[in-house]
Amino acid sequence: MTLELLRETLFLEKHNTRLVVLGVAFLGATAGLIGSFLLLRKQSLLGDALSHATLPGIGLAFAVMSWMGLSGRSLPGLLIGAAITGLLGVILVLAIRHTTRLKDDAAMGIVLSVFFGLGIAILKMVETIPGQSAAGLDGFIYGKTASMVWSDFFLIIGTLAVTTFITILILKELTLLCFDSNFASTEGWPTLRLDILLMGLVTAVTVVGLQAVGLILIIAFLITPPTAARFWTNRLSHMLILSTLIGAISGWIGASISALYSNLPAGAIIVITAAVIFLLSMTFGTARGVLPRYLRHRKLQKKVGRQHLLRSTYEILENTQDSPPLKNLPISMELLRKHRYWSKGELPKLIRQARAEDHVERQPTGELRLSESGFGEASRITRNHRLWELYLIKHADIAPSHVDRDADMVEHLLGAEIVQQLEAELELAKSTIESPHLIEAES
Amino acid sequence: MRPEHPPEFPLSVHDLTVAYHRKPVLWDVELNIPEGTLAGIVGPNGAGKSTLLKACLDLIPKTSGEALIYGKPYEEQRDLIAYVPQRESVDWDFPVSALDVVAMGTYRKLGWFKRIGRTQKNQAREALEQVGIGHLADRQISQLSGGQQQRVFLARALVQDARIYFMDEPFAAVDAATEQAIIELLQNLNARGKTVLCVHHDLATVSRYFDYLVLLNMRVVASGPTPETFTRENLQKTYGGKLNLLDDVAHALKNIGR
Repeated sequence: MTLELLRETLFLEKHNTRLVVLGVAFLGATAGLIGSFLLLRKQSLLGDALSHATLPGIGLAFAVMSWMGLSGRSLPGLLIGAAITGLLGVILVLAIRHTTRLKDDAAMGIVLSVFFGLGIAILKMVETIPGQSAAGLDGFIYGKTASMVWSDFFLIIGTLAVTTFITILILKELTLLCFDSNFASTEGWPTLRLDILLMGLVTAVTVVGLQAVGLILIIAFLITPPTAARFWTNRLSHMLILSTLIGAISGWIGASISALYSNLPAGAIIVITAAVIFLLSMTFGTARGVLPRYLRHRKLQKKVGRQHLLRSTYEILENTQDSPPLKNLPISMELLRKHRYWSKGELPKLIRQARAEDHVERQPTGELRLSESGFGEASRITRNHRLWELYLIKHADIAPSHVDRDADMVEHLLGAEIVQQLEAELELAKSTIESPHLIEAES
Repeated sequence: MRPEHPPEFPLSVHDLTVAYHRKPVLWDVELNIPEGTLAGIVGPNGAGKSTLLKACLDLIPKTSGEALIYGKPYEEQRDLIAYVPQRESVDWDFPVSALDVVAMGTYRKLGWFKRIGRTQKNQAREALEQVGIGHLADRQISQLSGGQQQRVFLARALVQDARIYFMDEPFAAVDAATEQAIIELLQNLNARGKTVLCVHHDLATVSRYFDYLVLLNMRVVASGPTPETFTRENLQKTYGGKLNLLDDVAHALKNIGR
């Protein structure tokens, strides 16, 4: 196997694999699109029950077509059979949910395993039908792209095109259904029929995907792309586009690789590709990925730490000097260490960081002194902090949600008038007490 | 009852019984809400307050009885009604912005297949301004505080431009500023002749907020204008056995005297 061959396959230069790769990529795109709504409607597991419930339909369709004297392996017939028992499985889950007090997961577990077991049994039985070869029917379980031919291709592309068209047509209605179905229903939207339509669209994708991906793994094709996409964005439109793309790419790469190694089932490779994209998204996703979140948290920690150090230094300067103006004198480490609680190793780290930022400098005596820029920054941080404290005390009952200690521009959030008022009060307080913490105790 | 109003009430409920799993939650509810009132539905936990709203809106099946909107079934009168569900009833992690949620209030008038355009977006923006969070229009809804989320729901109801507003616990778990903003908004709607029906659980504010009151505990204990209905006797009938609430009741009763 050479890289050249892989490149040819990926870029559709090889005639015999072009069809399969294109078909599976389109399948992935459609699955990513409709899968987004399946996920947002919180019905992923129902999709799994659906795909497993298609198996008996395949076996039964084969038997019926054989008895009618047709070829038992005609794809349209098999897929219709699959769709019928698949939907039957979904209806059964819904019926169990509504008529008994069983929870969803139990209902789905039962339906999924019973239908799958039934399917396996039926497949074994139809193998004995004379004059027909049922060999290859089990390809629907794990997926077998190599068995796709021209006529299958048109059936699959046609179904996917119709599914995509309907989904895009009712984007607004599906969004409303998934977000707030009660509200949708009071507004007169037929939520039950929309739910059925959604499951119908999922069924269409599942059924035409059986041949390529297999019924066990098709659910991953529906669910992995949207979950991966969600890590990158908080906007539905972007999520849908990304999910479609991720589905298409997974299908493209997966089908290409499995076309080269004929003994590798396409479904498995596709799912692994999708999983790799999922892992990358989970780690690096800009909206909710683990790494960006960690980095944001670290940045915040650093900022808070810097504020603590500078404010503490400033407060010590205030405490140790009697008359204004405040002079920027060196202070001892001992005072700083005692001024507030520092976790183990925190203070040296913060000082290192502040020195790198040119906010403090160490004196030859071992004492610490604010730099010129550090002094200005410390004074600003301390003032803002006190304004917020004072605001909280004065207006505690009104708007705690407005408090943002990090905000550099207090004026923007509170309005110049309130800030002026607060500053006047701060001046008044300064003459008698040091920190507005104490005001609370006094009043 | 004020005779100068038309005989059809915004909401009239007759012999309504609702049962979950063979256990009745509401018994023979008989109720008329007069036009232009700011009405509170008050009762202990599990009294069926939300159930009453949902049954009137056909969200849960009625075991028997009917609920009429201006004398007609709900299906024919949807245009007249805005519904604000309980905040916890939806997933606030959903990937939409505050503006998107508010725009959902325009979907019904828009009809099938059509997408929202500038008109709808402007309507939604205006409604968000009215509830005081216009600056948060593009924020993803999970990044809003509880009070802000409640305001988003309220803005969606404003966009619907209804005649009757059904609100399920709009004051539940919101900050004081939001509570104040919401009640002002409801009073404002009320002043413009809208009827507002509000499930509420805080007895201390009942007489301040509502001019009409429905006391509910699986059945309607009493209903009528607040001054006549909010009495010691009625409250004891409503909250009777709920000992843990007696302090609450005593506190509320103290306010009646004033």
